[in-house]
Amino acid sequence: MRVVVDLNRCQGYAQCAFLAPDVFAMHGEEALLYDGEPDGTRRLDVLRAEAACPVKAITVEGAGAAWTAAGAGVSNGP
Amino acid sequence: MALDGSLERLRREGRIVVVGASLAGLRAAETLREEGFTGTLTMIGDEPYEPYDRPPLSKQVLLGRVPADHTALPRRRAIEAQWRLGAAATGLDLSAKRVALADGTSVEYDRLLIATGVRSRPWPNELEAGLDGVFVLRTRDDATRLRHRLKAGPSRVLVIGAGFTGSEIASVCRERDLPVTVAERGPTPLSGALGSVIGDVAAQLHHQHGVDLRCGVMVTGLEGDGVGRLRRAHFSDGGTVDAEVAVVALGATRNTEWLAGSGLAAGPRGIACDAGCRAFDVRGIVADDVFVAGDVARSPHPLFGYRFLSLEHWGNAVAQAEVAAHNMICRGEERRPHLWTPYFWSAQFGVNIKSVGVPNMADQIIVSQGSLGEHRFTAAYGYQGRVIAAVTFDQAKWLEFYQRQIEQAAPFPPPFATVDRRTEGMRPVPAGFPDPSVPTHGPQVTVSGYSPTDQRVTFTPAGHGHHA
Ligand SMILES: Cc1cc2nc3c(=O)[nH]c(=O)nc-3n(C[C@H](O)[C@H](O)[C@H](O)COP(=O)(O)OP(=O)(O)OC[C@H]3O[C@@H](n4cnc5c(N)ncnc54)[C@H](O)[C@@H]3O)c2cc1C
Ligand code: SF4
Repeated sequence: MRVVVDLNRCQGYAQCAFLAPDVFAMHGEEALLYDGEPDGTRRLDVLRAEAACPVKAITVEGAGAAWTAAGAGVSNGP
Repeated sequence: MALDGSLERLRREGRIVVVGASLAGLRAAETLREEGFTGTLTMIGDEPYEPYDRPPLSKQVLLGRVPADHTALPRRRAIEAQWRLGAAATGLDLSAKRVALADGTSVEYDRLLIATGVRSRPWPNELEAGLDGVFVLRTRDDATRLRHRLKAGPSRVLVIGAGFTGSEIASVCRERDLPVTVAERGPTPLSGALGSVIGDVAAQLHHQHGVDLRCGVMVTGLEGDGVGRLRRAHFSDGGTVDAEVAVVALGATRNTEWLAGSGLAAGPRGIACDAGCRAFDVRGIVADDVFVAGDVARSPHPLFGYRFLSLEHWGNAVAQAEVAAHNMICRGEERRPHLWTPYFWSAQFGVNIKSVGVPNMADQIIVSQGSLGEHRFTAAYGYQGRVIAAVTFDQAKWLEFYQRQIEQAAPFPPPFATVDRRTEGMRPVPAGFPDPSVPTHGPQVTVSGYSPTDQRVTFTPAGHGHHA
């Protein structure tokens, strides 16, 4: 699964690091480091982190309705 | 009516080509589909990978926490594109509306988006640049190679250039417990982007973390051993340092060579475009069907004296791509300006550095919250009596406030009530940029509205004296 964090928006609240500590980790007081392609088994926790982020900085591929509807059965990769 | 008909046809069955399959290219493609474009979409990219994210490369990837290939960008939606990856665009024929590719084929378009970004400026001496142990950092492959070498535990790493990328690399080296020397021509790290007042704080971070920081010097030569491995670097002050790895972090050049002779206003400083992301041709007239977004673009920003800004920032690539895509497939009166207020972040030595606005336009700076000495503060930058930028070290929560101040052209220094009384920065001081800007008396411009769809520019002309 793929994840990206808009770190302009992120305020270092660390909710994500609390909910999925093996994917998101604080580095110092408020800088965030994360794994952009965590194992699929982590999906539930990553989606929880996405939902919990107070500034909606986390994008998870396939989390939005647009993807699920339009993406079904379509080749979307090279 | 005829025009509307052709726009409808474009949206339904037109051909859109995106050159540069990275952050800006991908986000533009998604926006095109999101806004109802159902024609053919071709993504041309010279790297063999589908779009991936670069900021992690100099941070978690180099640190060894995340593999270099764990950076593919998530898709916001399906884009149903024809991908031409590993294929560089080599030419553009504006009148035939055709992009030529390195493999001899070509692709025709009705609308073209150029998002070819930048590449690292290489070490100028080619022989020295070819020594084993000399690196740059821009791509996934660069990161894989450099990470591999850092893992091997070199005796010392030399970082040439203490901008954001160079400083982040130095920080990673120290975290990996590698001896590192940083050579910077300016008076402090980050002085070109943030000025030397904040640069002094950056220098303290380097020292505190055991970096051998040398400012005010240039690296004059890289020396190899008998088998072509880097051994030593020579400095302009006569000094030398022995190092097995050197990372050249001297900024970037725009990927515009493929546009030479095309008739577009493209050169080493990027491709000039209007605020609606339409490319200028060499006559200074905008092309209606060629758009530009991301690091390769240079576009005028109403809030900053209509200066042409080249922003090598992640957030700019996303925002500009969205505006460009929207404008590519809408009616003239529905076009939007790219009014995004510049934002960026950097993580180094455990500190979260963030910025809003255009710091290097400023003439003055004031520490408004926190303290420089504690490396935790907010500094506001002023230009001709208004707030033009702000930088935070581990105080990101203040940035949005300053974004509004910038957009409202709020007075500088900020009114007493918003300034923290404890700070050392009660009085504004020169921001310490190498080349202070020449004062002008231009119009007052403000931006209102929060979302791209309802943002408006208000233009208040300067006094009569200005026009005399
Ligand atoms: C190591 C590193 C760390 C960074 N950290 C931060 C950060 O902390 N914060 C921040 O705000 N920004 C950061 N950035 C900047 C950010 O990554 C860029 O602003 C962003 O990648 C710009 O996206 P883009 O799509 O405009 O250009 P690019 O990502 O440069 O993509 C352009 C693409 O076009 C391809 N291309 C070029 N020429 C051709 C051609 N002729 N034909 C076909 N394809 C071509 C290129 O190979 C590339 O794949 C960092 C960048 C790097 C390299
Ligand atoms: S929860 Fe959101 S704001 Fe907080 S650290 Fe994670 S991404 Fe940043």
